[in-house]
Amino acid sequence: MDAKTAFFYLFAVVLLVASFRVVTARNPVHAVLNLILAFSQAAAIWLLLKAEFLAIALVLVYLGAVMVLFLFVVMMLDIRIDALRQGFWRHFPLAAFIGVLIVFEMGMVLMGGFSSIEEPKAIPAMVLNAAGQPEPYSNTKELGRLLYTEYLYPVEIAATILLVAMIAAIALTLRRRKDSKAINPSEQIRVRAQDRVRLVKVAATRAPQVQEEDAGNAAAQETKAHTRAFPDTGGDAVRHRCHRHLSEPQEPDRSAHGHRADAAGREHELRRLLALSG
Amino acid sequence: MLLAVNMNFVAFSHYLGDMHGQVFVFFILTVAAAESAIGLAILVLLFRNKASINAEDLNTLKG
Repeated sequence: MDAKTAFFYLFAVVLLVASFRVVTARNPVHAVLNLILAFSQAAAIWLLLKAEFLAIALVLVYLGAVMVLFLFVVMMLDIRIDALRQGFWRHFPLAAFIGVLIVFEMGMVLMGGFSSIEEPKAIPAMVLNAAGQPEPYSNTKELGRLLYTEYLYPVEIAATILLVAMIAAIALTLRRRKDSKAINPSEQIRVRAQDRVRLVKVAATRAPQVQEEDAGNAAAQETKAHTRAFPDTGGDAVRHRCHRHLSEPQEPDRSAHGHRADAAGREHELRRLLALSG
Repeated sequence: MLLAVNMNFVAFSHYLGDMHGQVFVFFILTVAAAESAIGLAILVLLFRNKASINAEDLNTLKG
């Protein structure tokens, strides 16, 4: 038994043990950590199979990104594992039957299905490049050549799927902060002077009958009803924010007087997280 | 589960000296990553709205 076979058995045993622990672990965080171990062992086995690019991609994408996402979500949620395990023994006979059936089928395939397959072609150690010069075989280069020639459209579809997934995940979980005091820069830039300041002609000395005339004017009264009066400017020099006629809809969410339920909720979640990790 | 499928693909791709299996693994990895992201987002949303991820409690669609 050479070193490669020994390594294969080592990785395979650790992979199986870790996968078993994923489904039997009582703590969901432990389950995710075991899943990480299983993925790393799978990457090691792929390295042994000379699929270097896919092994590195598995480590980067799955261990680096997806598993961290899993860990975050599992820590954020308050999972009561006892409630999830309630129906375990009730559903066990059906699950065991299906499991035994699958093992039997896979055994049939593994025992009887390989006689018709011819000897594997060995991957050449040296290949000819475009200029006809021999160069060492590169798994990544070969995979890239296939991906960008034969599988160009599938690659683009996969990219679109990733984009859609990203947008969907953001759109699903995005929550506008109600207690944020940040201002919207685009809304701020689009403000014009005539929206903010209105010049009104105010008589130097105001006789009571002038105000009577104003009150007689229906339009002026309408304006006055919608304005917040400053004490000395004759009542309607500065208009309230709600009645400035900006082109974009006003966002009531962004007011500084939002209630603080969010912060309270977050603190609650943090306490759950601490309880989960303890 | 998808990891097992991928393992099969890589093993047979190596055994048969055929690169197309590894291309397939690449696409499976892509789709699995996308679906796990969306699934976790849905899970977070469910938990935020119902404070539970138990499948028994998710019966809002029931008339």
